[in-house]
Amino acid sequence: MNIDNQAIAAKKLVQEIRDISSSASAPMKFMEVCGTHTMAIHETGLKSLLSPAVTLVSGPGCPVCVTEKQFIDHAVLIGKKFDACLVTFGDLIRVPGSFGSLAQFRSEGGSVRVVYSPLDCIEISKKESSKPVVFLGVGFETTSPTIAATLRMALSENLANFFVLPAFKTIHPALNILAPKPDLSGFLLPGHVSAIIGSDSYQYLADKYNKPGVVAGFEALDILIAVRDLVKLASRKEAKILNDYKRVVRNSGNVAAQNLINEVFEPCDTQWRGLGIIPGSGLTFREPYQGFNAATKLVVDVPPAKDDPRCRCANIITGSLQPDKCGLFGKECTPEDPVGPCMVSSEGTCAAYYKYGTVK
Amino acid sequence: MSNDKDLRVLLGHGGGGKMSSRLVKNTILPRLNRGKLSLLPDSIVLDGLGDRIAYTTDSYTVSPIFFPGGNIGSLAIHGTCNDLACSGARPTFVSVGLILEEGLAITELDQILEEMSKAADEAGVEVVTGDTKVVPKGSADKIFINTSGIGRIDHELNLGPDAIEVGDEIIVSGPVGNHGMAIMLSRAEFSFDFDIQSDSASIWPIVEQLLELGPHLKFLRDPTRGGLAATLNEIAAGSSVEVQIDETSVPIDEQVKAASEILGIDPLVAANEGKLVAVVGKGMAQKALDLMSRRQISSNAKMIGTITSDLATRVIINTRIGGSRILAEPSGELLPRIC
Repeated sequence: MNIDNQAIAAKKLVQEIRDISSSASAPMKFMEVCGTHTMAIHETGLKSLLSPAVTLVSGPGCPVCVTEKQFIDHAVLIGKKFDACLVTFGDLIRVPGSFGSLAQFRSEGGSVRVVYSPLDCIEISKKESSKPVVFLGVGFETTSPTIAATLRMALSENLANFFVLPAFKTIHPALNILAPKPDLSGFLLPGHVSAIIGSDSYQYLADKYNKPGVVAGFEALDILIAVRDLVKLASRKEAKILNDYKRVVRNSGNVAAQNLINEVFEPCDTQWRGLGIIPGSGLTFREPYQGFNAATKLVVDVPPAKDDPRCRCANIITGSLQPDKCGLFGKECTPEDPVGPCMVSSEGTCAAYYKYGTVK
Repeated sequence: MSNDKDLRVLLGHGGGGKMSSRLVKNTILPRLNRGKLSLLPDSIVLDGLGDRIAYTTDSYTVSPIFFPGGNIGSLAIHGTCNDLACSGARPTFVSVGLILEEGLAITELDQILEEMSKAADEAGVEVVTGDTKVVPKGSADKIFINTSGIGRIDHELNLGPDAIEVGDEIIVSGPVGNHGMAIMLSRAEFSFDFDIQSDSASIWPIVEQLLELGPHLKFLRDPTRGGLAATLNEIAAGSSVEVQIDETSVPIDEQVKAASEILGIDPLVAANEGKLVAVVGKGMAQKALDLMSRRQISSNAKMIGTITSDLATRVIINTRIGGSRILAEPSGELLPRIC
């Protein structure tokens, strides 16, 4: 669609959203679960277009933001004790841990490599055959299939020096905790995660919690259409799950990827920043993959980590606080010098607020 | 040259003795000497520069040193010439300081010098003095280059943020983000299949055209590190004004757009090494664009925005869907050493 048509279509959608929401009985608050949506919403200036009757709050869908500080400590300690090569997605390397970030660890001589695909670990493990290579397994269902594929390859090639430190998360257990919140009128559901797990898998939001949900793509118009549909459903008190991202997301998801996850991983309890331990919300290794578990094979003592008590990331992740209401925001906590993970991650809510501001 | 063909730079090449002078005479002078350099004086006496000159220095540490569209040598010439051009000065003389890491292949050094000499000839500058040092392996990353430059100013204009007023119009000389994106893609960590070239080039030919605007030309800047976003924020902060730009009017190559989506890097914060941002008086953008269209390098120039208010100091970008947001100063999170 050319730019002019896009602007015209956007204008129409914005008007529709305003019309429906102004005749609704109460203001509406929707949670965008996914960090990529958060960024797109800010980047496109969409927030400046919505009426005060419609609020979008960010949820726990930024993998870096929900990762506990202790995980960074754990990785650094493994790196130190075993002289391991730590391999990670770039987002993680500036997250502050108790004794510095991965970037600091690297500057002190530690080995930290940034990759775009976990499959690169296979090559790295072969090249660095004399030391353990540890991939930092952070992410939702979008990343876990490629990590599962990497593990399958590592198993078939008998790679003895490759490990994964698991901090995987799955989205449904977290949504189960957030869905009962009375102030949430519905969910803008993630695009990439849904491509794996399918839009049907959210049906419980409607059935059990009486909340609508719409799966959305990442273009400005994708998001506007999804918000329009959410406003429509919420104003009619209609709890339904819609898939507005059909060009990528199948209702049943990507079954091959789901099978791959199930072959390699099984659910476990895991710690979420802001939400605590959520039963069954993590992934750990099944036999015969348990030998790749860095947590059990490269054992280190990880002392409990203390968060800065003034950091409100926990409230921000659950949508109960907007970043500019945090006392540290923009003062002591900036992207250059972050206190909490929501400011570090390029998909973090605080980073989005800081970077894009809002113009009224 | 032929004697050194398969050799590498050794610590002895920086020792000041015979090895040093062989490196200079066999490798460096044949590429860079256009007359004044041949005597290898301790300093050079320059005539005919007139009453006003611009003087600048910059150091280049880019990694990797070879990238699509140039190498650290051409970059070191273009960068310094462009800093001069932004003062409205015609780049005239440059100095070249080379810091070489022990072990650098002489053939690589020669490739760098070759690009450097081509860039200097095209930009119309002469390398008139220089220096070479060698540091032990590990103390530098292959090669660092410092260039200083002197440019002649043949006009009375005072280009600077003070001249900027509400209503002024902002122009960019062509698509943005190519250099930064080319560098990031050529770093070994990424393996994507894009054909993005650095835009590294001298922008003096554009400036020379724009000087015809006389006092309607207010401000010039080359949007290098931090890209267009940094330059626009510099304008806002330097003149205490609000800048508004239209997202859809900023020229960006399709390939750069695609790469930026994959790498998650906004083309507006990616570096440029052959672009110019100009602020011109109200109603002068079209005339400026006409002047710029005379030069190939700025044939895709566009007006991207205006100075909208002096009540706020910020940059607002009006988005493709009719929304608006702040275009913040980049926070330095980009990958390092792009220039």
